[in-house]
Amino acid sequence: MLRIIKYVLYDILQNRIVIGYTLFLLAVSLGLFNLSGDPTKGVVSLLNVVLIVTPLVSVVFSTIHFYNASEFIELLAAQPIRRSVIVWSEFFGLAAAMKLAVLVGIGIPVAMYAPNATGLTLVIVAAGLSVAFVSIALLASVLTRDKAKGIGVALLLWFYFALLYDALVLFLMFSFADYPLEKAMLAVIALNPIDLARVVVLLQMDISALMGYTGALFREFLGTGWGIGFAVFVLLLWVFVPIGVAVRVFRRKDL
Amino acid sequence: MKQLSIYFLLLSAFNLNAVNHHVGTGQAYETIHSALAIARSGDTIFIQEGIYAESNLSIDKPLSIIGIGYPILDGQHACEIFTVTASDVTIRGFEIRNSGQLSTLDVAGIKVLSADRVVIEGNRLRDCNFGIYLSNCNDCHVLRNDVQGIIKEEQNSGNGIHLWKCSRALVAENHLTGQRDGIYFEFVTDSEVRYNNSEQNLRYGLHFMFSHNDHYHHNWFHHNGAGVAVMYSRQVQMTENEFGYNWGGSAYGLLLKDISDSHIWKNNFEHNSAGVYMEGASRIILEQNQFRENGWALRVQASCDANVIRQNNFFGNSFDVSTNGSLVLNSFDSNYWDRYEGYDLNRDGVGDVPFRPVSLYAVVVERMPYGLMLMRSFMVYLMDKAEKIIPSLTPEQLMDEKPAMKPLACS
Repeated sequence: MLRIIKYVLYDILQNRIVIGYTLFLLAVSLGLFNLSGDPTKGVVSLLNVVLIVTPLVSVVFSTIHFYNASEFIELLAAQPIRRSVIVWSEFFGLAAAMKLAVLVGIGIPVAMYAPNATGLTLVIVAAGLSVAFVSIALLASVLTRDKAKGIGVALLLWFYFALLYDALVLFLMFSFADYPLEKAMLAVIALNPIDLARVVVLLQMDISALMGYTGALFREFLGTGWGIGFAVFVLLLWVFVPIGVAVRVFRRKDL
Repeated sequence: MKQLSIYFLLLSAFNLNAVNHHVGTGQAYETIHSALAIARSGDTIFIQEGIYAESNLSIDKPLSIIGIGYPILDGQHACEIFTVTASDVTIRGFEIRNSGQLSTLDVAGIKVLSADRVVIEGNRLRDCNFGIYLSNCNDCHVLRNDVQGIIKEEQNSGNGIHLWKCSRALVAENHLTGQRDGIYFEFVTDSEVRYNNSEQNLRYGLHFMFSHNDHYHHNWFHHNGAGVAVMYSRQVQMTENEFGYNWGGSAYGLLLKDISDSHIWKNNFEHNSAGVYMEGASRIILEQNQFRENGWALRVQASCDANVIRQNNFFGNSFDVSTNGSLVLNSFDSNYWDRYEGYDLNRDGVGDVPFRPVSLYAVVVERMPYGLMLMRSFMVYLMDKAEKIIPSLTPEQLMDEKPAMKPLACS
């Protein structure tokens, strides 16, 4: 398995897109920190980038990579290798590349300008989000045979998590405004990795004080060690559930 | 002239009789109690450096009691230290420690009851239940005292400087910390509070109740549990104060509740969860204030009317203005808003398009506090943009017709 991961990683690093992505993240992070002057503000601006850009790039890049590697995957499938190993290797290779890009592109500037708990949370969350979306992308590409369709599904998933979901939540809030929704909101948040990531970072930034009762509830839940544990657990679910399903589907797939 | 000479004669006669008493080891008196028993009206008692485990010092005649080198008066957590019931008393230069605490009586470091023209100056109070407590006093001065409490629960803690039913008081240059309220005014009229520093108190830095015609200016209120509260009062002048870092679930920089005809001028509100929270406020002029990086700069409830908000600067607040109704009875005029995106074709420094300071998201959050969960979501940003172009949910009339293009100079 390790050898296959190595091949996947080599392949990814060879086509230079990941390097370009890393440089882009580096430039944006450094630019934001330098422009805003105040490191806290820099982290806030960076949060928006992390929430929009990293999932998008992860999803699109992983899908394209998976389709481009289809011949390689078919070749591997002809060898005496278990199919689950192939998918897991693809996943670990992609995840490692995306994580590396985030750690270098965001981690280094954050370590330089905002080496505190908030900065650390941001980097961890960004890495987690990237991996979760690699996993979601692999599921999408395993499920569809056609490349264009696969990319379309991946993009749609990103659009859903980054934009539509929040609109739906707002709609939900308006429809059920008469009910105490505080606890329901916690569940709703856990159903979207992007929202979860955003709230975890915002709670680190003491914005919770604005939220009054809700903030207190969220802080009590997500701001403490248990809460962080919960958030990490849910993010891990978001990483391993889609890829687990993808492995299962791929095992029976007619290549 | 004749009157003046009579005064002079009286004064000199008074002074001739006045005697200085000295208390301390190796002095005429060993204890303060013994000196107080002997002293007559108009005398001065000097107390030398040292620790005096004396309390319940009842002062019932006009005396000046002056500490030299901050003698320590220790109440040993049992009772009150000074109780003044006579007018024209001066207490200066003591370190007063460890008053008792009772649930039936407000025990204080220095308590003044129904006396006029009392001066309490330059004392240090440590771990007293109430610091300085004035009840039914006129023309009293509380100056340059340093009151430090040890943080306890709110219900067991007292106020730093507590005034009840006083008039023409002057509270200046005190430092108050770790008490329930830094300064507490109830039924206090025609008084002045200036250059005080009130920080890290459990509840409010300054608390006004039913206190009219007062002026507080150049004070610092930082890191208090809930900021500053002015309630049920009228004609209060609040000028050039600093309200900062009052941060928490129900914290405010300045809480205005049922207050009218007041003037809030040239204050600085920085890093508060709500800069100014107004409820039932009428005819208040809020001008030339700075609002920086607050959660909400202004929360104006629909119960407020005829308030004028003009020439203020708003920078980097999460929400500029929020309100819970659609009826607008307050006017916004000539403020600088950092969110303003209009243009100024004739270059007169006034934006040509009105600015609506209440964003859609602020309305949503006001209705559904848990909506804050979506803060900084890209969706919210899009929604706010759309609402800016076609207002539907936000109060349409709530707008600044003449927003300033550049920050207004406030100094």
